This record gives sequence, structure tokens and C-alpha cells, in this order.
Amino acid sequence: MTEAHVIVGLEVHCQLDTKSKLFCGCSTDYRNDGPNTHVCEVCLGLPGSMPVLNKRAIEFAMRVAKALSCEVLYESEFSRKNYFYPDLDKAYQITQYDKPLAEKGILEIDGDDGEKKVRITRIHVEEDPGRLVHMGNAERGRYSLVDYNRAGIPLIEIVTEPDMRSPKEARKFLNKLRATLEYLGVFDSEKEGSLRVDANISIKGSERVEIKNITSYKGVEKALTFEVTRQRNLLRRGQVVERETRHYLEARGVTQSARSKEMEHDYRYFPEPDLRPLQVRSWVDSIVLPELPDARRERFMVQYGCSVNHARTLTGELRLANFFEKVVEPDPAGLPALAATWIADILIGELNYRSMSLDLLEPATFTELIRLLKNGIITDKSGVEVLRVMLDQRLKSETTETPEVIVTRLRLAKTTGDDAALRTAIREAIAENQKALEDYRNGKAGALNFIVGQVMKKTRGRSDPAELNRLLQEELSKGA
Amino acid sequence: MVTEKDVEHIADLADIGMDSGELAPFTQQFNAIIDYFDILDRVKGEESGVRDLYNVMREDDPRPSLPQKDVLSNAPASEDGFIKAPRVM
Amino acid sequence: MTGTLSFEPDDRFNAFLTTCRKVSHGSGRLAGIPVAVKDNISTQGIETTCASKILKGYIPPYDAHVVRLLKEAGAAIVGKTNMDEFGMGTTTENSAFGPTLNPLDTSRVPGGSSGGSAAAIAAGMVPMALGTDTGGSIRCPAAFCGIVGLKPSYGRVSRYGLIAYANSLEQIGPMAKTVTDVSTLYSVIAGHDPRDSTSYDRSYNHIPSVEIKGLKIGIPQEYFGKGVDPAVGNVVQKAIGTLEQLGATTIPCTIPSMEYALAAYYVICTSEASSNLARFDGVRYGPAADVKKSWHDAYRDVRRAGFGEEVRRRIMLGTFALSSGYYGKYYAKAQVARENVRADFSRIFSKVDVIAGPTMPTTAFRLKEKSDPLSMYLSDILTVPANLAGIPSISVPCGKVAGMPVGLQIMGRHFDDERVIDVAYAYEQAVRA
Repeated sequence: MTEAHVIVGLEVHCQLDTKSKLFCGCSTDYRNDGPNTHVCEVCLGLPGSMPVLNKRAIEFAMRVAKALSCEVLYESEFSRKNYFYPDLDKAYQITQYDKPLAEKGILEIDGDDGEKKVRITRIHVEEDPGRLVHMGNAERGRYSLVDYNRAGIPLIEIVTEPDMRSPKEARKFLNKLRATLEYLGVFDSEKEGSLRVDANISIKGSERVEIKNITSYKGVEKALTFEVTRQRNLLRRGQVVERETRHYLEARGVTQSARSKEMEHDYRYFPEPDLRPLQVRSWVDSIVLPELPDARRERFMVQYGCSVNHARTLTGELRLANFFEKVVEPDPAGLPALAATWIADILIGELNYRSMSLDLLEPATFTELIRLLKNGIITDKSGVEVLRVMLDQRLKSETTETPEVIVTRLRLAKTTGDDAALRTAIREAIAENQKALEDYRNGKAGALNFIVGQVMKKTRGRSDPAELNRLLQEELSKGA
Repeated sequence: MVTEKDVEHIADLADIGMDSGELAPFTQQFNAIIDYFDILDRVKGEESGVRDLYNVMREDDPRPSLPQKDVLSNAPASEDGFIKAPRVM
Repeated sequence: MTGTLSFEPDDRFNAFLTTCRKVSHGSGRLAGIPVAVKDNISTQGIETTCASKILKGYIPPYDAHVVRLLKEAGAAIVGKTNMDEFGMGTTTENSAFGPTLNPLDTSRVPGGSSGGSAAAIAAGMVPMALGTDTGGSIRCPAAFCGIVGLKPSYGRVSRYGLIAYANSLEQIGPMAKTVTDVSTLYSVIAGHDPRDSTSYDRSYNHIPSVEIKGLKIGIPQEYFGKGVDPAVGNVVQKAIGTLEQLGATTIPCTIPSMEYALAAYYVICTSEASSNLARFDGVRYGPAADVKKSWHDAYRDVRRAGFGEEVRRRIMLGTFALSSGYYGKYYAKAQVARENVRADFSRIFSKVDVIAGPTMPTTAFRLKEKSDPLSMYLSDILTVPANLAGIPSISVPCGKVAGMPVGLQIMGRHFDDERVIDVAYAYEQAVRA
């Protein structure tokens, strides 16, 4: 069986980055504060309170609708989704049901077989429930603790058609969607818990399985990959895939059946009587979309000469693209080539390794590093070392040093031909590796590289390999 | 006409808690009322859905929340600022 | 604050659930006037229970919009009045804290669900009070207790802080002994509130006028037909005769949608209620859910112990009407029926200025007389059309049958509250003279 047999559809919930909640004036900036400090009678569901719709949340959702080429419905409305859970303050979620804000859109992704258009089924706006923490244990009794700070945070739900053909495509869709939402200024992917995904996955000809509540970008690909394997194994053994809902257990990287005595859900949707319907289609014309990822990618290629891969990577995240442009700003002709390589190929990896936000690094400092590299002050290897020091200092909130200071302190400046220490190192390396020398003289050109490597070790990577090669040959010809 | 089994299902949906002893008399009363509701079968037509007020919204201006002590004051049990609830897992 | 008032009434009729013995008040249109507030309207710092065990001990941390307005007008809020639990009833017998008795005959009910407010006024404990009207809950007790009660046009009074029973139908409204007092209280509570998205910018600044010459009054035949006590009908006909003597003319009309209006009303109000009342889970407020139990068991126990029989019945009915497979047959049909009721009224109001008829089909029931739920529902037949249509409707006393008061109901066009108040005022002044 090939990947082509996999069919994936996504339901993506993203928190809209408004200042106040969807139906009340409580601040959405709750992440650094104690539980139940950003709540009022409305988001606590106190009897008698009533919702009032946040206009900016609708404006944000309209931007998304326009960016995804959706049709905005002439009339949309909010409905109540009734279910009982302690984190759901009113015992219903105000959401949109049969009259969503927008339908029928497209998001183009870099799919497994080239460009691919993923169809968007619908976009709607709804409120986030509170947050539950599970406490206690079997002996001392279990209970839950509720924090309603998150209750009422505006969410946008984006539902796709089952158009993705592999877990990797699903991941790519999510990355593209995230970038688009960030470019639109409506979403901040770095806020904890700002994204939740439900995925539908089936293997052609079999029942569909829904995986609920995946909370990270990587989790989506992992959960789907696990599920593909599980379903294929079932089919291989001649068993059937059951139509069911499964939960993704992030820590273990597995999905688990949500099968329980819970009956089939009957949410008893009906129009929310405390809110008025929306007629906002005419807003679409007045929305001016900012430059979106595809356009920026094209521009990076034309304006900065970036390769398609670098341009794709750099524009794939708003922070990264903005960072790149700030780094090269002082010298837009001279810096981009090196900056693109260093950001896309090195910086991202170093940040991921540290789970570190790009926000901690000032573009101007990075420009200095690129200049040191460009001007041949340090080697690439030393450049990585300087970068690591820079990142670690920021991550640990230590006093930060400029790249130049780090180079001086760690004596990372590139070696030069008149460097006596380098000459000594070369001579030592030759003396210690007579066997390799012999091989070289017997015509094995590659043997010289071994000696170069030995010299590099001795100078801790401060030497330029090409330069070293030249010096080594010079030394050998002297000795001959 | 709904059966006792239907009523049990509705009681489950509503999570209202119905004892077996209540079920028979409740079903009887329930049916009398639903029979009366069935007069709605005579209503013809579709809802036009026309309303007279649209787009009622507020600006995105944050306002002060309630003090945490007011939030917790009506809660039967709380712990470290959280509100205590029966276990859901 | 400009003054303090002490309030220690002899509440023989169980009109109050909470009384405030010492109340300070400010200055304004209602300076120093004791006003009672129905117990489903949130009062900061004063227990608000909706006459339900499930809200016992609940003390709102905020004031309903109307309460804020009352305080700003200088009123002294002296207590919270008894009611049918969550407003679900026509007698005030469905209170978890015992029935309110009709001050005119304690073997009878005061009507409901705002029976406590009506009884408090009828017994002279307060000159005015707030009630709420979802399907007649202001007008019915006004009629049964011989006072005046107005259900305002939908959207004219903010519902912010009113503990919802059926959002799309209900309004807070004024109740008092006289039309003038009703008008005064209404002028304080009407107006736009940005916290209620269904509220309109329609304030009320009207001085009632007795001038009704040339007024056209529609007399719907259904209001004098089957199910209406002929003695009540006669008293109301006589009252309409008085209006004719004042220069009004009457025009017969029919409201065909009344055939199913009551069914539509009960489907809509129970559907909305089933959702509104699900939040009472003993977690954020109210009697505690047992945290030693699992969530659903604890939730079910709280609801079983906390809700009275009628509330449970209506939650069940609403859950049924919204459930998958039945939504189209009940909830969706009820919405169409509701539009038909609106259309009937708008057709009639193209020919007449107001519609008049009895408020209730009978005078006050004896206690426990309406033990069968359906027969109690049927007694709302004359009041629910105004709620379905969202139009203003007032009940004004217009005589007695066997010693018990009868209410004359005047309905008007949406936002024509001034007119129904004028007609009630003209009648009141004419019979007083």
C-alpha cells in the first residue's frame, strides 16, 4: 500500500489574538496570572449575565475568510452547543452551527506531489471553554480544578475537506495555515495552547477515525503517523477499522480509543437568543490583506536572490521572515545570501534545540555575526560557536556579549598564514602523521585531508580549510 | 407518543436524574403535553428568519475583571484560586 | 445616599423571600420609595434564588441593569419577592420556599409567576415592584391581585442580570397599584443597555394621558371564546364599553394563529429553559456538587435535589423538543408558528390601534386547583401571544367576579407602550371618577 491511500481532513481551532474575550471585556492576557483572575459574570456563566459580541473577533475571522478565498455568508448567526462539563461555564458553548461566517475556501500548500489546493469547508467563530486540572489519586480521591481564565477566549475553527494524503501533508497544511494567520495579524502561534486540532483519517475503503485534541504542530503529524500504522496493521491482519473517536496522548505519542459509556452526542443546537444575527458580507471589500506567505516568498527570491527552499523556509513563519528582513536591512545587497543560509540552515535548528523563541534574539546582533562571517573574521565553525554562546546567554538571561566580544574572549578569530601557532600546528601534524604523508606522496591525494583535519583539531576550527590546504602544501614543498 | 424508554433517554440527555418509580406517571403526563404540542403539525410554511436588528457588537476594549475573591465567593469549594469540581476522567 | 428606610412588613402572604430591614437610598425620581424586586433579578450582595433550592445561598457579585437604574433613581430596594421557581408557573405555588397567598382571599393563589410582587403591592407592603413576564407572569398576578402590570415591548428593558428562563420571550416590567406608578417605574427602567444585545434605544418618558377619542380597539373573538369564563368575559366587555364611552371605537378581529400559539410558546420556552438551566451544577455557585463522585453522577444529583417537579418537567420537554429527530417537528415549527402570530398581530394593527380582551380566562384559582400541568399551561392562552409577538401588553383591574378581581388586557404595536399605558390610564381614571 502507498501513502496515496490515506485520506486526512482537519478541524483547526486557533485562538484569535484580540485584546478582550469574545463576549465580555475580560482581558485575554491571562497566561502569566493566577487562576480565575481574568473572569467576570459573563465568562463565569453567572446567572443573568449576557454575551456581547467582540467586533474585532469578527473582523479577524473575516480577514481569514478573505485570505482563504472563502465565501462569506450573507447572514450568519451564533448557536448554542449544549453539553455539560465543569469547564463549560454556561453548560453550552456559543458557537456557529448551520449559519457559519464563511464557507468554501482554498489554501494552497506545497504538497507531496507539488503544489496542492486544500479545500476549506467552513470557517466559524466560537468561544473557548475554561481549563481543567486533574488532581488527586485513586487512594485519596480524585477531583478536578477549574480555571475560567481561558473561558470565552475567541476561537476560529477552520474545517478542511479530506484533501490531504499523508500525515506530512497535514503538517504542511498546518504550517501554511499558521503562517497565513500570523501574517494576517490575528493569531500568535507562540502563545501556549493557542492551537488545537481534530483530525479525521481513513485509509481508502475503510471507516473514518477522528483524533481529538491534538495540541501541537508536531503532534498532528505524529498522531496521524501512528494512526496510519495502526490502521494498516489492522487491515493487514484482516481486521476492520472501527468508526470511532480517539484521543491523542501527546506524552506517549499514541492514540487511544475514547470509547466509553457516553452515548452518541446530541448537542441540541439552537440559535443563541441573546445575540443578534450577523450580516457582514459587505465588510469583505473593505479588508485590505497584508502581504501573505506566498507573495513574500516570491519577493524574497526576486529581491534578495534567495533560493526557493530558503525563501520558503524564511517566509514560512512571520517571525522568521521579519527577522530576516531586519538582519539584512543595513546592507540589503551584501548580506542576504549569507543571512538566508545562516537563518534557515543554522539558526532555526539551534533555536529548536533550545525550544527558544526567536523573539529573544535582536536582529542587529545577528547582523554583526553575519558581518564577521562575511568579512572573513571567523570561520563557519567559529560562527556556530559564537551563535551558541549568544543564544545560551539570552536563554539563561545572562549578560549578553556582542559577537565581536565573544570572538575576542574565546580567541576565535580566524588563523592567518603568518600565525606562528598555526605553522607550529602544521609542522606537528605532519610529524605525527608520517603514514598519511607517505600515502599522500604515493599518490593518495585524499590523505592530505586527514592531515588538514588534524590541524583543524589543533586550532579548534579557527582555520579556513582552503587556506589551510594551501599552507600545508607550502610546508610540504618546503620540507621536500 | 413516547415510551418510558424514550423518557429515560431524554432524562439521560438532560442529565436530570429520574427514578424508576417516577418514570410511569411522568411518561403519562409527558404524553398528554406532547399530544397537545402536536397541534404544531398544522403549522404550514418555513421560517422567514427576518429580524430587525443585526450586527450588534462592541469594540475590543478590555475592562476590569471581577476580583478573584468575588469569583470564588459563591463557589462551594476552591483550592489555590481554582474552583473545585467533581472528577471528569 | 440621602436617606435610610426601615422595612419590616407583616408578610402574612409569603410575598417576600428576602427582606432588607434597613435600606439606604439616594435621591431621584424614586427617592425613598420602597421597591420590591422579583427574586430572578440579580441584586449585588442580596441572595437571589429564583425561588429554587438550586440557587439557595447564591449572592450575585453584580447588579442587574434595572437594579442599577432603580438605585440611581433613589429607590430603596426593600426585598426580593417570591415566584414560581425560575418563573415556571401561573400560581406562585411552584416556589421551593412555599406558595404566596392572594391577599384578597388567602385560599386562592396570587397568580404567577410574579405572585410575590403582586401580593406585596396588593397587601400594601410596597407601592411598586418589578416583575418579569415570559408568558404572562406580570399580567396574570396583576389581574388576580387587582393591580396594574405592564409587560413592555421586547427589547425596551434590559434583561442584563435577569436570570434567564426563556430569553426570546421575557421582559422585566413594572407593577403597581395605579397606572401612574407603573408609568413612573417604567420610565426609570426602560432604555438601551449595551450589555443586552437584544435591547433597543427606546427610552420611555411619557406622562399618561386620558385622551383616547378616535382610538380603534380590536376585539379578537378568541379572547371571548372557548375556555374563557363567560362571567369574566362580561366584566371585560363592560370595561370595553367604558372605553367606547370615552370615544374609542371597537372592531372585531380574529387571531387564527391562537390555535397553536400556546403550543408554540411552550415549545420555545421549555427549549430555551432546558439550555439556560443546565449551568446550575453546584461548581461555581449554589449547593455543592459532591466532589467525591464522578462529574456526571454529581451533576445529576445536584439537579435531582435542586429542581422542583415543574422545572424538571420543563427541562425534559425542552430537551425533547431540541433533540435530534424532533427539532424539526417541535422547535422549528414553533418558530414558524411564532412568525404567524406576529403576522396576525401586524395585520390587525394595520386596522386598529390596540387590542383588548381579558388578561386571564378566569379569576384567581384556589390553591392546588391546577394540579394537572396541562390545565395550568392552558390558563396562559390569553397572555402568551403578546410574548410571542414581542408587543407591549398591560393588565389593569376592571371589576370583579364573585369578589375576585378581573384584569383588562390592552396590547399594542411593538414600541407603542405609551399607547397601551394611555388606554389603561383612561380606563382607570374613568372608573375611579
